[in-house]
Amino acid sequence: MNPNQRGFYTLLKKEVMRFWAVLGQTVSAPVITALLYLLVFAQALKGRVVAGYDGIDYTQFLVPGLVMMTVIQNAFANTSSSLIQSKVMGNIVFTLMAPIGPLEWFGAYILAALVRAALVAVAMLAVTMLFVHLPLHAPLALLVVFLLSAATLAALGIIAGLWAQKFDQIAAFTNFLITPASFLSGVFYSVHSLSGFWFHLSHLNPFFYMVDGFRYGFFGHADVPIAQSLLWITGFFLLVSGIAYWMLHTGYRMRK
Amino acid sequence: MNTQTLDALKIDAVRKSYGSLQALKGVSFNINRGEFFGLLGPNGAGKSTLISIIAGLSRATAGHVSVLGHDTVSDFRAARRLLGVVPQELVFDPFFNVVDMLRIQAGYYGCGEEVWPWIDEMLERLDLKDKRHSMLRALSGGMKRRVLIAQALVHKPPVVILDEPTAGVDVELRRTLWAFMRDLHAKGTTVVLTTHYLEEAQEMCSRIAILDKGEVKALETTSALLGRSPFRFLRLKLGEGAALPDGLRTLVTSEKDGVIELKLETAKHPINGVFTALRNAGAVIEDVHTREPDLEDIFIELTREGAVA
Repeated sequence: MNPNQRGFYTLLKKEVMRFWAVLGQTVSAPVITALLYLLVFAQALKGRVVAGYDGIDYTQFLVPGLVMMTVIQNAFANTSSSLIQSKVMGNIVFTLMAPIGPLEWFGAYILAALVRAALVAVAMLAVTMLFVHLPLHAPLALLVVFLLSAATLAALGIIAGLWAQKFDQIAAFTNFLITPASFLSGVFYSVHSLSGFWFHLSHLNPFFYMVDGFRYGFFGHADVPIAQSLLWITGFFLLVSGIAYWMLHTGYRMRK
Repeated sequence: MNTQTLDALKIDAVRKSYGSLQALKGVSFNINRGEFFGLLGPNGAGKSTLISIIAGLSRATAGHVSVLGHDTVSDFRAARRLLGVVPQELVFDPFFNVVDMLRIQAGYYGCGEEVWPWIDEMLERLDLKDKRHSMLRALSGGMKRRVLIAQALVHKPPVVILDEPTAGVDVELRRTLWAFMRDLHAKGTTVVLTTHYLEEAQEMCSRIAILDKGEVKALETTSALLGRSPFRFLRLKLGEGAALPDGLRTLVTSEKDGVIELKLETAKHPINGVFTALRNAGAVIEDVHTREPDLEDIFIELTREGAVA
């Protein structure tokens, strides 16, 4: 391992150790919250038929969306909270003074967020599959959608974490952008059940393609073709990754 | 590149502006390999700005800095691997314990298990052995400062910058720190120190730069700096009822418990003249001491309003 690789590996390990130290807060809590959603919505809407998903009951339909919503929220939270905490506490100087380039920094933060997102997703699926049967139609598509979606949200978290100068601003980013966009991404319904304006608006929400593509991986069909979902997710990933990398490269709001 | 012949730090026409405020106005100087160098100046002089630029925490508006020949921007990886900086602020990562933090810091610099014995040695030398597994958030301020020092040294950098390392720390830590730094310096480490405790700088540093308002006001060996003062100080204790003649009143710098200190310009006020004036005034001298100017006197002289370097 050369020194640059070791720097990257150490930063990745440190980021994993950071959320691992508070596993109850970073993994268990979101899993329990998502399971509560599943319990409440599945009970309230039991027997409901989801348009376009013949042979799939509502509880089955709900699980992939809830998993992806939790992945989205946790991948974002991992990078954004790490950066804002380091900035507010001042310990970001340790990374800034180290011989770590923007690419290693970007890669380590994204990968650590992927590890947390994977833990959350696996924990949720492991618990729900005890009660809900989920087919696995396209595992590769499932994996690609998961990786791209979690990486996209991790990159968005880097943008938010670098832009924000206090915790309030991260909370605003989460409350006014991430949470509404993830709730309105078709987690709880098929977008085909929406009227014209909301139907079209949903198609401009990148989170919709993440949820829909993830659902395709399980059921083999979704609201839009998988190729369209992958195109949207990849495009959004490239956009936010480009911005996040540029911010790290220029030391945006970090190097005065 | 043969780093044996290069300066430890080369600061070349560095400027830093924050809007209309010029924090550094084209600062240039070199620090030799193996030096114990003092960077002094009043608050707001630009010391921390300069250190931030050297460490990569801040970008210079113009100019260049290199560490052992490696530019801190274009060749930042090599430059940073050769540099260790103890920051002024007491910063820490609350998620980790002492030894994990030091191993993480070593990893950032490309070091692995080969530096673990060095980490153990530092924990011993800095009296942190018992705190090895303590969480950083649970440590006292002085202990956190020790960890910061260890973090800066964990990758065995040949150039170390200590930005006010003894601010607010007790005597024991000061002694521990200086003993440790002396050892490192003796083994060839270049040490750059900023401090407001001028006696520390006078004792430790072989060369000193005084920065004021973003400019270098003085850059000399400590002995030359001390010798450049045209003043010396004379302390007198006069006999009961004796008064200082009016001609000497303007030279008084302090008066406490009957001891009067006069600041004499060597060329204008020979000591013999002071004694003659006192004798003529009928004053009896009970005790007399002379004091050479220390770094604090020189510092005040150089950084007072309107001073010319």
